[in-house]
Amino acid sequence: MAETLRELLSEDELLRFYEQMVLCREFEESCAEQYSKGHITGFLHLYSGQEAVAVGCTAGLQQKDYILSAYRDHAQAIVRGAEPKKVMAELFGKATGLCKGKGGSMHLFAPELNFMGGYAIVGGQFPIATGLAWGSQLLEEDRVTACFFGDGSMNQGTFHESLNWSRLWDLPVLFVCENNFYGIGTEVHRASAQAALHRRTCGYDIPSEKVDGMDVIAMYQATKRAAEWVRERQRPYFIEAVTYRFRGHSMSDPAKYRSSSETDVWKSRDPIINLSRRLLEEGIATQEQLDDIAKRCLAQVEESVRFAEESPWPEDAAVWEDIHV
Amino acid sequence: MSEMTYRDAINLALKEEMRRDKTVVTYGEDVALYEGAFKVTRGLLSEFGELRVRDCPISENTIVGVAVGAAMAGVRPVAELMTVNFALLAMDQIVNHMAKVRYMFGGQTKVPMVIRMPGGGGSQLGAQHSQSLESYFMHCPGMLVAYPATPADAKGLLKTSIRDDNPVIFLEHELLYNSKGEVPEDPEFLVPFGKAAVMSEGEQVTLVGYGRMAILALQAARQLEKEGISCEVIDLRTLVPLDMETVLASVRKTGRAMVIEECWKSAGLGGDIASRIYEGCFDTLLAPVRRISGLDVPMPYSRKIEKLCIPQLEGIVQGVHDLLNEPY
Repeated sequence: MAETLRELLSEDELLRFYEQMVLCREFEESCAEQYSKGHITGFLHLYSGQEAVAVGCTAGLQQKDYILSAYRDHAQAIVRGAEPKKVMAELFGKATGLCKGKGGSMHLFAPELNFMGGYAIVGGQFPIATGLAWGSQLLEEDRVTACFFGDGSMNQGTFHESLNWSRLWDLPVLFVCENNFYGIGTEVHRASAQAALHRRTCGYDIPSEKVDGMDVIAMYQATKRAAEWVRERQRPYFIEAVTYRFRGHSMSDPAKYRSSSETDVWKSRDPIINLSRRLLEEGIATQEQLDDIAKRCLAQVEESVRFAEESPWPEDAAVWEDIHV
Repeated sequence: MSEMTYRDAINLALKEEMRRDKTVVTYGEDVALYEGAFKVTRGLLSEFGELRVRDCPISENTIVGVAVGAAMAGVRPVAELMTVNFALLAMDQIVNHMAKVRYMFGGQTKVPMVIRMPGGGGSQLGAQHSQSLESYFMHCPGMLVAYPATPADAKGLLKTSIRDDNPVIFLEHELLYNSKGEVPEDPEFLVPFGKAAVMSEGEQVTLVGYGRMAILALQAARQLEKEGISCEVIDLRTLVPLDMETVLASVRKTGRAMVIEECWKSAGLGGDIASRIYEGCFDTLLAPVRRISGLDVPMPYSRKIEKLCIPQLEGIVQGVHDLLNEPY
C-alpha cells in the first residue's frame, strides 16, 4: 500500500510543490507567447512537462547546495528562488534581467541563491560542477553540488571525464540526468549504446538509480535521500529522472519526430495534473484552492511580462563591462 | 637577488604564493608525485600535502573546467596542462567557459585561476608537441595571457597571475627552463600586467618579442651593436593586456619596427601588432614593419629542417639589415 501524501510531507510543502510547478508551467507558456510576439528572441528552450524534476530535486536539496543546469534553465532558476520578473527581463534582453541582459535564456545565474548557472555547450557544466564540488570541499562548506543535464550530454567526453574525476577525488556531486528521451530529434537509443542511462555509471563506480521524473514526490524523496548520501559520504551519486518535454527542443522545433500518440501518453502523466489529482483525492486541497494558486501564478507571470516590457535596455557602455574584474 | 633558473623561479613563485594564501592549490597530470613533466612542481607535494597538490587524470578539458568551478567556489587554482599542445583538447572549457562565465552572467562571478602551459618549439618533438599557440589565446576576450622571457619575470608574473582575479593563461617556454638570471628574493616582488620591458635601449630599430623571442631579439641586438647598429628591444611580457604604449613610443623614436613571433605567420599576433604600429605611428615610420615568424607548416622532426620553421638569431640579424636598407 502506497503511503499517503500526508505521511510524507506537510500540507504547506505539498501545496508549495504544486504552486512551483504551476508557476513554471505558466512562465514557460508565457515565454512561448512572448517569443511569438517577437519580445523574446534567440534560442528558447521550454521546460513544460519536466517541472517535477526541478521542483522535487530542489526541495530535496539544501539552500546552500550548488545547482547547475544546461540551457533549459528557467524553471531551475525560478524554483531555486530567482524572481520570475528578473528571469523574464533577462529573456527580453533588458538591463533589469538576472544577468543584465547579457546572458539570455540559456545563461541564467544567481550566486546569492547558489544557482551557479545555465550552460549552453552540451556537457559543459560537468567539469564546472566537479570543480565547484572540489572547491566547496576544500573550503569545508558541507555543500552538495547538484548538476542537471540532459540525456544527450551523456555522450560528451566531459561526462566521462567528470564522472571519473569526481569518484577518483571523492567529490560531493549529485548528477541528475533529465532523460526526456530526445537530444533535439535523436532518440536516446539512437545515440547511446546503453539506453538504460543510469547503468552507464558502473564503469566509474558511481551508484545510480532511475526515478519517475513525472512524479514530484518521487523526485523529492530520491533527491533528499541521494543528497544526504552524497553529503555524508563525500562521494558522487547519479539519478536518472525519466521525464518528457511537452514541446519541441526549442521554439524552432515542431517535434515531427514524435508521434502524437506518444505525446498523448506522456501528457496523461502530466506532473501537475498528477499531483492535483492526489491532492484532491486525499483531501489536502479543494479545487477552489488549486484554482486560486493557478490564478496567483498567472498574475505573477503577467506581472513579470509587464516588468520586462517596461524595463530599460542596457546602456551601450555595458558592452565593455564585466569582461575583466 | 639570487641567480636561479626560469624553472626554479616558477617553482619559487608557486611555493611563495601557496605559503602566503591557503586557498591557492595546484594540480595537473603528474604534477604531484612525479613533480611535473618538466620538474617545475618539485617539492610542492612534500611541502603542501596531497589536498593542495594533486595529480589528476589525463582529461585536459576537465582540468580547465575543474579550475573554473573551483575558482567560482572561492579557491585559487593553478592548473598545469603538461604542454600547450594539449590545450587544444581543452579549448571548449577555455574559450566557451573560462573566458565567458563572468561576462555572460552579468559580472556576478569571477574566475581567479591560472593555467600554466609549457610550450614552444625547438626540441625536435614533432608536429604535435612543438606548437606556439599564443595567438589563439590572444584572440579570445575574457582572459589574460602572460609569457615571461626571464627568470625574474617568470617569478613576478606568475605571482601576479595567481593574485589576479581574472583567468590567466601562463605560457612557459620549454627551452627557457634552464636559462639563468637574477631573481629578486622579496616575496612581495610582483611584475605588473600590461607593462612591457625595454630590455635594451637603442636608436635605429625597435625589436618587439615575447617569451623566447625576446631573448633572441636581445641576443640579436648585442650582435648588431658590435656592427654599430643600435636596436631597442622590447619584451611584451603579457600579450593580454598588450602594452602598445611602450611599443609605439619606441617606434616613434626609432622609425623602424620588427616583430618576432614564434607562432605561425598567418593570423599570427605579429600581424596584429604591426597593424597597431601602422595605426599608431604611420607618419613616423621610415620603413614597413617587418615580421619574423614561425613558418606556416606543421613542425617537422629533423633538426636540419626544424630550425627553418622557428625564428633564429641569424634571421633576426639579417632582417634588421634588410630593414635598415629599405629604400625610403
